[in-house]
Order: sequence, then structure tokens, then C-alpha cells
Amino acid sequence: MAYSEKVIEHYENPRNVGAFGKDDEDVGTGMVGAPACGDVMRLQIKVSAEGVIEDAKFKTYGCGSAIASSSLVTEWVKGKTLSQALEIKNTEIAEELALPPVKIHCSILAEDAIKAAVADYRSKHGSTETETPICTPVAP
Amino acid sequence: MTTQPIYLDYAATTPVDPRVAAKMIPYLTELFGNPASRSHAYGWVAEEAVELAREQVATLIGADPKEIVWTSGATESNNLAIKGAARFYAASRGKHLITPKTEHKSVLDTCRELEREGFTVTYLDVEPNGLIDLEKLAAAIRPDTVLVSTMYVNNEIGVIQDVAAIGALCREKGVIYHVDAAQAAGKVEIDLAKTPIDLLSLSAHKSYGPKGIGALYVRRKPRVRLEALIHGGGHERGLRSGTLPTHQIVGMGEAYAIARNSMAVENERIRWLRDRLWAGLSTMEEVYLNGDLDARVPHNLNVSFNYVEGESLLMGIKQLAVSSGSACTSASLEPSYVLRALGRNDELAHSSIRFSIGRFTTEAEVDTTIALVTDAVAKLRELSPLWEMVREGIDLESIQWAAH
Ligand SMILES: Cc1ncc(COP(=O)(O)O)c(C=O)c1O
Repeated sequence: MAYSEKVIEHYENPRNVGAFGKDDEDVGTGMVGAPACGDVMRLQIKVSAEGVIEDAKFKTYGCGSAIASSSLVTEWVKGKTLSQALEIKNTEIAEELALPPVKIHCSILAEDAIKAAVADYRSKHGSTETETPICTPVAP
Repeated sequence: MTTQPIYLDYAATTPVDPRVAAKMIPYLTELFGNPASRSHAYGWVAEEAVELAREQVATLIGADPKEIVWTSGATESNNLAIKGAARFYAASRGKHLITPKTEHKSVLDTCRELEREGFTVTYLDVEPNGLIDLEKLAAAIRPDTVLVSTMYVNNEIGVIQDVAAIGALCREKGVIYHVDAAQAAGKVEIDLAKTPIDLLSLSAHKSYGPKGIGALYVRRKPRVRLEALIHGGGHERGLRSGTLPTHQIVGMGEAYAIARNSMAVENERIRWLRDRLWAGLSTMEEVYLNGDLDARVPHNLNVSFNYVEGESLLMGIKQLAVSSGSACTSASLEPSYVLRALGRNDELAHSSIRFSIGRFTTEAEVDTTIALVTDAVAKLRELSPLWEMVREGIDLESIQWAAH
């Protein structure tokens, strides 16, 4: 598998690796994927009182494209409002990283991680939204 | 990054040994005759070379040269053996076959094809160490079982099946026994004079010969009959028509002759390197060996690095040419079917790397490998949410993953 330069760059220098306290009031945590599928992404956002994402952190278990997609997303969500962050589309992630068709699911997972993190933050602050299913393991 | 990666993928293929290449070259240029040309010296010389190679191959496996049929490789040999015997004996013996789930695709897909033709196939489970339980095999044999096919040495995990015992069972039950020995030739002692195997597939390129040449051993006493797959000029006693590739055959013969002479010493050196590699890697936490450690060729080390995904690990060790049991290339993200058949959970199956050591591997390469893998695993575990959760004492099994 040949990787694009951008994927390699993120893989070698992942941005914003780490964790926030997941019970903190100003933190939203989205964990998507499943070990059985070979990818688990955890994206966390720290949101200001004004509803702007001030900081983001991730950890990912998965292939290089999954790591790069989540690393990229931590950069992209910073400075955005929650609704702006929800506008990030997997196609933009795939395009930025030049993902081949077999790796598109990594960008979908990253988009879903944003949705899940925002939903978690919102549920802490009264509104309810459910996250979307991502990975359906295929029977052997 | 311009230097060549360290090659630890000898189970995928091997370089042609320079001694083998030297023997092959004259048969491409001056000695180019068709071995089937009976009317002139060009043909005689080529035929002689083909027959010498046939003897060299037969000698390595304790067979008679007349029992060797040239093919294009183990894939073709497996096809010829399984389809050829199943079709020949279907009417007289029955239409049921047995093969383990951990076989090479060239066996499994051949069986699938026979299912489409109306055969029934039992895909046998293996034990967690990768070995076949004889009692389970015996229980699977039916009155209409025509053929059992198993590997000698598994290509992913390197485990060695007890082919002598399986062969004896098949003999007793009147079932034809085929063995895929692509990964066994030159690595384990094969003696068909003593071992009750009816059909045995070989490949040259796993043993320092060229790609595109292999052989099928077809026992003469008791005689095993096959239906040919390829028809034409009646070469190889009608079992495999087509002009023989003399240079390839010469290469396979020479590679097998070298294997016979150097196997004992080479295996010990490789075992020493493999043990060194395992000693180095197993100092890390949560590292698991896949497949039995004892019933295993010294060339293979298949390791799962828990909580690290295999493909990302491969990316972190680009200076190494190894292969991964994880194939994160499709929407299904299906990990190695061989590791799944061992009952390994998905995380472990997704995190496996196969290191296969060979004739040209050095101690320095093994040491570099240990260092590179250790670094990459540490880095990826820092990135892994699973590793973090496990560290915090969270049981991953207790989590409702967003998988539905
Ligand atoms: C166990 C086994 N059987 C069959 C084959 C196919 O051999 P060949 O490449 O000669 O067709 C291989 C190698 O890929 C193998 O490892």
C-alpha cells in the first residue's frame, strides 16, 4: 500500500495526541469504531463558554490512514463552533489526505468521531443526540 | 531511505540463489533446445538437464523421479492434485473432501470450485496452536470421502502438521492424501519412501529457485490416478501438457540439490536467529506468538503486538520487508483467516506481523529489526486509545463498541 505524503506526514508527526478528562464539563468525547474492525478513534474537544472548540485531542488504534484522518480533524475543528465542526465532511478529509477508495472508511470514521464528540458535549449540556453507527463487522 | 529494506519475508518468496541462477543461464541462451525434440542434440541436451533436475527434486523428498510431474508452481500442483484426484475417483469412491480452514487459498479456492461441481467439502477446524487434531479428522472421514488435503508447513504461522500420522489414518480409511509442501521443502526432512502421502505439491521459489516452476509428486505404489487439467501434446505422461521450461526446471533442481546439502546446518543457523528475534521482541508487554512454538519451522515467527494495528505497524517499520496478517484494505477489514481459525480474537489477529527468516538473513539484521519494531510499537501504543484504557484497568470486552 502506497501512502500519500500527507498521510505519512501525519503518521510521523501526529498532532494533538492525548486526552482530556472525559468527565470535565467543557469536554466532549467521541469514541467510534471497534477493535474487531481494526479501527478505534477517540476524539475529544474542549469547548469554551461561547461554544467554540478551543482545543482537541485524539488517540487512534488503526491503520496509517485512520491515524492521519483523526490527526487532521483535531487541527480542523479548533476555532470552529460546534455547528461549524459538524459541517466537516468525510469527502474533504479524504481529499486533503488523498485517501484511496479502500481507505475512505477512515475518513468516514473521523467525521463520525466529530459528530460523536459534539453529541457527547451537547448531552452534558442538556440536548440529546445519538451517535451514528460506523463499523459493521462482517461474519467470517 | 534509499537503502533497501531488510528482507524478512522469505515465506512470500526467496531470492534465486546465485549458484542456481548460474546453472540456469546457459539453458536460456546456448542450450535452448526443446526437451521434447527427439531428433537432434539440442533436444537431447535439454532432456538430459530436465531428467537430472527431476532426480534432484525426487531425491530431496525420497521419491522416484518417475513420480515427479513438472507444473508452474504449487498453485497449479494443488489444483492438479485435488481436482485431478477428486474427478478421477468421484464415481468409484465418492464426492466428499476434507481440508483444514488454515490452508492456502490455492487449496481452499480449488475446494470451492469442486463444491460448485457438486462435491461436498468439510473445512476442518484446527486447534489453537494451529495443528490438526487427528481424532477430529478421523471423525470427519465418511464412507464417501475421496481425498484429504493438508499443508505440511503453514505459510503464515509456520506450524508443521503430523503428516505421517494423517497419512496413516488416510491409508487405513482408503482415502487419498494430498499434502501442500510449498513451505516445507528444504526446511523439514521429507521422506516419501516412508511417509504414506499420495500426492505432494512443491514450489521452487520458496526454496531459492525461480518463480513459475513447481512439481507434483504422484505416488506410483500404490498408484494414484489423476485427471489432467491441461491438455495438449501429452507431456509429463499426459498429466501436464506444454513445452517444458528447461531453464526453470534446471533452477528448481539445483535449488533442491543445494537445499538437501545445506538444510541441516542452515536450519540451525536460522533457528538461532529466530530465537534471538523472539527473545528481543518478547521483552515487550502484551506480545503473543501465533502458532505452536515447537512443531514449527525455525524460519517463521508470527507475532501479535496487542493494541497496535498491524498495518500501522508496517508503516512504522518501512525499513523492514515483512508481512501483516491484517488487511485493512476493504470495508470489511477482515483480519487473517488463519489467525481467526486459531481462535485468536480480532484485536490480536489485526495486530500480527509475520517475520520469515532465510538463507541470507544476518545477525545484524535481526538486531536492527528488534530495535525498529520495539520503537514503532512503543510509539503506536502511545497513540492507541485501547492501550490507554487497558493501562487504566478497563476491560475492553466490557465496552459497547459502536459496532452493530
Ligand atoms: C502453502 C503454500 N501453498 C501454495 C503456494 C503457492 O505457490 P506458487 O507461488 O508456487 O503457486 C504458496 C505460496 O504462495 C504457499 O505458501
